[in-house]
Amino acid sequence: MASSDAEAPGLRPWILMAPALGAVTLLLAVPLCFIAVYSFWLRTAVGSEQVGFHLDNWIEVLTDPFYRDILLQTLRIAALSTLCCILLGYVPAYFIARSKTRHKALLILLLMLPFWISYIIRTMSWINILGVSGALNAFLLWLGVIGEPLQILYNEGTVILGLVHFLLPFMILNIYVSLDGIDPNLVDAARSLGSTAWQAFREITLPLSLPGLAAGSLLCFVLGAGTYITPLVLGGPTDAMFANLVFEAIITQIDWPLGSALSLALLVVLGAVVMLYTRYAGIGQLAKSFR
Amino acid sequence: MTTTVHTPVAKDTDAAAGGLRRAAGGLVTGWSLIRAFTVLVYLFMFLPVAVVVLLAFNASQFGSFPMEGFSFRWFVALWNNEAIVRAFKTSLLLGALTALVSTTLGVLASLALVRYDFRGKSLITTSLIAPILVPEVVLAVALLLFLRALDMPKSFPLLLLGHVIFTLPFVVLIVQARLVAVRREYEEAAMSLGANAFHTFREVTLPLIMPAVFAGIIFAFTISFDDITGTLFWKPGGVETVPTQIFAMLRNSISPEINALGAVMVGVTVAVPLAGAAIARRMAAALK
Repeated sequence: MASSDAEAPGLRPWILMAPALGAVTLLLAVPLCFIAVYSFWLRTAVGSEQVGFHLDNWIEVLTDPFYRDILLQTLRIAALSTLCCILLGYVPAYFIARSKTRHKALLILLLMLPFWISYIIRTMSWINILGVSGALNAFLLWLGVIGEPLQILYNEGTVILGLVHFLLPFMILNIYVSLDGIDPNLVDAARSLGSTAWQAFREITLPLSLPGLAAGSLLCFVLGAGTYITPLVLGGPTDAMFANLVFEAIITQIDWPLGSALSLALLVVLGAVVMLYTRYAGIGQLAKSFR
Repeated sequence: MTTTVHTPVAKDTDAAAGGLRRAAGGLVTGWSLIRAFTVLVYLFMFLPVAVVVLLAFNASQFGSFPMEGFSFRWFVALWNNEAIVRAFKTSLLLGALTALVSTTLGVLASLALVRYDFRGKSLITTSLIAPILVPEVVLAVALLLFLRALDMPKSFPLLLLGHVIFTLPFVVLIVQARLVAVRREYEEAAMSLGANAFHTFREVTLPLIMPAVFAGIIFAFTISFDDITGTLFWKPGGVETVPTQIFAMLRNSISPEINALGAVMVGVTVAVPLAGAAIARRMAAALK
């Protein structure tokens, strides 16, 4: 196969890529095909699987209002969390990008820090704050505002709170990367031509930062919609998200075919969001945060 | 007559000055509002974790407020808790192996992607990044089911494979970004002086991309060390990593021991990258 042409790369790049490509093929591509096949199998009463082409799982997943409601609830929670991340994240990203002080490096370092702090720790930390014997209740009791502890935790609000806390650094980082790439001369030019600070922001800075905002939103939405830990730790019994159904089916009920159909459904829905995004923005923007 | 000519001018300058003053005033207060908001958001990000660390030193029986003095008793309790020590060892081993395998695969693949031209390159780049685009739950189910179809039970190697596959894209992205910035001329010079491809890589390319390799190792380690989403699916019965151990302990109620374990986790996952960054900086300085 090696080409006689000395300039041609020949087999070398393929040899270099083989282990990684092999890993992705064997550990991701082939397994995904497997769940596609499994989703058409059936679980029998004895707990073993019945091989074949049955649409039962898919009919159940697509028509049962229980699954539809949880899917909608999942999308709603992910969308609200993303929205909160945008509202909370834009201003700090702007501040970091525009500040010329020595604090800038520190702020960026601090921004990276949550990525290193365990997700489960950050999630459970809210129990210490909002729990019945948490900081907030202890404070309110001490003030005498309330007579007995409030039940603040374990509802959809706290699930969103936990997700925002987990996802916010992704949003800030992506917006910051895009704001930092804007030529400051553009804003100066607009100002010298008579626009107000607000106009310059609205007409120049904001539109130019939209790619980062979009990349951050995509990450937050997809990561948020795919979680099952946050609802388990901070949600009540009715606050299940779609990934909880997958976990239930696979780990608790050991119903592989149903679990496969559920996870494929989740993959398709979130895949459609990613597709929609790449159609308009391109996947390259996501990689920028690593530079 | 003259007044009617001058008045508008005077008004204009007044208005302009007022506008400037307003603009300057607006800028100052606007900027301090932005700063205050930023401080609040940072507090939101860090305060809950700080409370975990604080409560880890609580002398009280219960893992909650009010604080009843300062004590290390919960750290001692951790040290004597066999299950937690075992989980810690599992996590460290898993993280280290994941970092080793994932970084090796990632560096080799990045070399191919950056240094060579071949057909289907963009497709391959996308497929190497694909594991972060697939929700981790789906990835977990797929891998678990595949190995089950092959009649392989849940095991430590399965955990390792799973962790490798979802840390690989991060390593590829980091190393690729660095490799693009390394000029080809250095490698070509070595080659023209008679070094073969392997020598060139070991003596020229690798030292130049070492900071990125190091970053890849640390990324892979911390992602693996922190992971719970996939791990809960893949872990064999009886094997716990630190995050799954914490998760299992949360099922009961929040105890001071969990806070102490959280504090240790924060210590490890923050200290490792900081130490790594220091080493990487020293390496980069040595190169100059």
